[in-house]
Amino acid sequence: MKFTATRGLLAAALLSLGAVAAQAQDTPECIAPANPGGGWDFTCRQVGKSLQDLGLIDATMQVVNLAGGGGGVAYAEVVNKRASDDNLIVAASSATATRLAQGAYPGNTMDQVRWVGSVGADYGVIAVAADSKIDTLPQLLDQIKANPGSVSVAGGSAVGGWDHLKVLIAANAYGIEDVRKVKYIAFDGGGEAVTQLLAGSVQAFTGDISEAKGFVESGDIKVIAILAPERLEGEFASFPTAREQGVDAIGANWRGFYAPGKMSDAAYDKWAKDIGTLYASDEWKAVMEANGLAPLDLQGADFQKFVAGSVSQIQSISREIGIIK
Amino acid sequence: MELLSSLGDGFAVAITFQNLGLALLGCFLGTIMGALPGLGPSNGVAILIPLAFTLGLGATPSLILLTSVYYGAMYGGRISSILLGIPGDEPAMMTVLDGHPMAKKGMAGEALSLSGVASFIGAFIATWGLILLAPQLVKIALLFGPAEYFALFALAFMTLGGVSSTNQAKSAFAAALGLGLATIGVDTQTGVPRFTFGEVHLYDGLDFLVAIVGLFALSEVFIFLENRHGGAEGDSGKLKIGRLTPPISMLKSCMPTMLRTSVLGFIAGVLPGAGASLGSFISYSMEKRLVDKENTFGTGDPRGVAAPEAGNNAAAGGALVPMLALGVPGSGTTAVLLAVLLSLNITPGPLLFTQNPDVVWGLIAALFIANFMLLAMNIPMVGLFTRVLMIPSRILMPIVAMVSFVGIYGISGSSFDLLVMVGFGVLGWLLRKFDVPLVPIILGTLLGNAMENNLRRAVTIDNGNWLTLIDSPLSIALWAIAIIGFVLPLIVGARVKKKMHARRDSEGSLSD
Repeated sequence: MKFTATRGLLAAALLSLGAVAAQAQDTPECIAPANPGGGWDFTCRQVGKSLQDLGLIDATMQVVNLAGGGGGVAYAEVVNKRASDDNLIVAASSATATRLAQGAYPGNTMDQVRWVGSVGADYGVIAVAADSKIDTLPQLLDQIKANPGSVSVAGGSAVGGWDHLKVLIAANAYGIEDVRKVKYIAFDGGGEAVTQLLAGSVQAFTGDISEAKGFVESGDIKVIAILAPERLEGEFASFPTAREQGVDAIGANWRGFYAPGKMSDAAYDKWAKDIGTLYASDEWKAVMEANGLAPLDLQGADFQKFVAGSVSQIQSISREIGIIK
Repeated sequence: MELLSSLGDGFAVAITFQNLGLALLGCFLGTIMGALPGLGPSNGVAILIPLAFTLGLGATPSLILLTSVYYGAMYGGRISSILLGIPGDEPAMMTVLDGHPMAKKGMAGEALSLSGVASFIGAFIATWGLILLAPQLVKIALLFGPAEYFALFALAFMTLGGVSSTNQAKSAFAAALGLGLATIGVDTQTGVPRFTFGEVHLYDGLDFLVAIVGLFALSEVFIFLENRHGGAEGDSGKLKIGRLTPPISMLKSCMPTMLRTSVLGFIAGVLPGAGASLGSFISYSMEKRLVDKENTFGTGDPRGVAAPEAGNNAAAGGALVPMLALGVPGSGTTAVLLAVLLSLNITPGPLLFTQNPDVVWGLIAALFIANFMLLAMNIPMVGLFTRVLMIPSRILMPIVAMVSFVGIYGISGSSFDLLVMVGFGVLGWLLRKFDVPLVPIILGTLLGNAMENNLRRAVTIDNGNWLTLIDSPLSIALWAIAIIGFVLPLIVGARVKKKMHARRDSEGSLSD
């Protein structure tokens, strides 16, 4: 009998696996184009949970992790195979726009999908270790200007990625002619980059507020600039903006969703409305506050326009610094 | 004393009927998921997240469920490694080396129960380490800059000779092959795709899980297909299973090994850039250097089973340190756990221990409970697991093939990965024909990327000055160990061989 028990065990495991893999037709689905644990995964799961708590969707949001190509695999899948799926949204962020702008999703462009809405933005920060002599953004940029080799800037994205571009935008705005001289060290995620800042291996950190938050509270790092149009509210109010220090640079890592390109108008409007309702809810306000997300309230056509603007802005910076031709 | 009362509070949180039930469920599911090739701890945890949300669990119960799955999978990974020679997940890879030979020798029961005990000791020590040292340990992680990480990975590669006892040139070849495979994908330091041929699926590089399942599981199936006419069917049925509990003498002889490797594995786990795979690997190769006087590692030495199992379970506990104290995941699984914490509105980081003590101590208590449960669950189940060996190959192999395909597709949802897996299966089949060890290939792919990135980070930070690699006492120490570990066996090994020859000669002359 034990013999069959073993097989039964295997069968049970397989069945449960199959149940997870199966995609029931009418449950809402959110593709996180990365492995579990990243920002896109978080966006899907948190929004799915909140939508269910608010009663906007009946069933649990099915989160599918479709990693690969920095989101390119999921993008190609949605464009090629799921183009008319009404129950599907896909997590996206500035990184998606960056890759679309740089042509890093081979053969895909931003108008092949419908952009649904945003759920907030994570403004970029530039930080140094708490015991650093540098206190302001111009001090850091002056040092880079005088001796680019002496300042290593760490970030969580690859070269040419959003964390890299943010520091280049600031350097560019400050009048550093050849921004390619800025020494950027790519780490596997913002957490590792902050750790290396604490370890003293690098001199500065470029990332998002949410990545820096815990370390600011504990007093390990100091934020010398936030790349937002004006100071944020609440606990982040003490961060000086780059603009007030005379560096006209803004970098927001927005988080939001796109949907298949041939989704019906009714379904698209419903998703956009639901995301809007979610955004306005108190529950989401609490999530945003806990995660350092700043307001960015755009749905439907407004969001579509915003993403288009963001893509063309990134395209022009990338061309300037020679990442694309 | 404050510590004990905090821990007491933690147990008060953890010991409720519901939480104990969740821990039991998590341990059981985790063990199965760990044992299935392809499904590792990180996928296991990710699969159960929806369950935690659907049940509407709060922060502590969710964490108890998910960390039980995590520890369970770390226990479970060894089962298929030992019984089938197919690692259930990456960290269990080193257990194949001695565990499978033990099973072949008819000692499957001993190997399974011994590794269960080793897993328990590793996890137990690591949990205490987490309690006592978490805040201080974070400082160790901060000693490691890119240069030190590079030295650590170099150390791992230089002791590679320890992995396979056969032909050294072949393991060097296998490691080089793995390093080569690791270069596929977008290079993060320049943003340029390498060897991707415009295929977007290759931009993120090869997935280790796909490689492991292909190399170990599918190639096994191919070998079986090839031998099908040769009467290979009957051989598995005759296998002896051995005792279901390890003899006290075996436990005694393995105890120093388990204690040493628990500490080593724990430290490897604490380093965010290293993780459980490196923990089990370094544990195994160091232990081979230390105690393998008769050259029995790799042929079914119980210590070769105990070392990586204690090491990888300790590393699993160690990986929770940077996750909780820094908010930096040290492994794929802790990255998933971190995401769960974030979605429960808890931000891990330097202040977690003061801001959310109930969560932290509840979690730690849950780790203890899960660990005891797993030991209690695993030892009696050894008899059940070993029945797998009774299944004739003609039934077992199709199951292995099916689980491989379903597992990989279930995780990635990509048919491209299935093709890559089949490719690796064919590669593994060919390499087995040439008697090339497979473990160094996976190590090369697993560690190659991190090694290259850290080398380039270190050199870039110091503006192209290569001397930066030996600029700190820590990196010099690591290099020294690496060089000693590489050179010493060459000298000592030659002498031991000579002695063995001499002994054989004298024995030979005696019998004359």
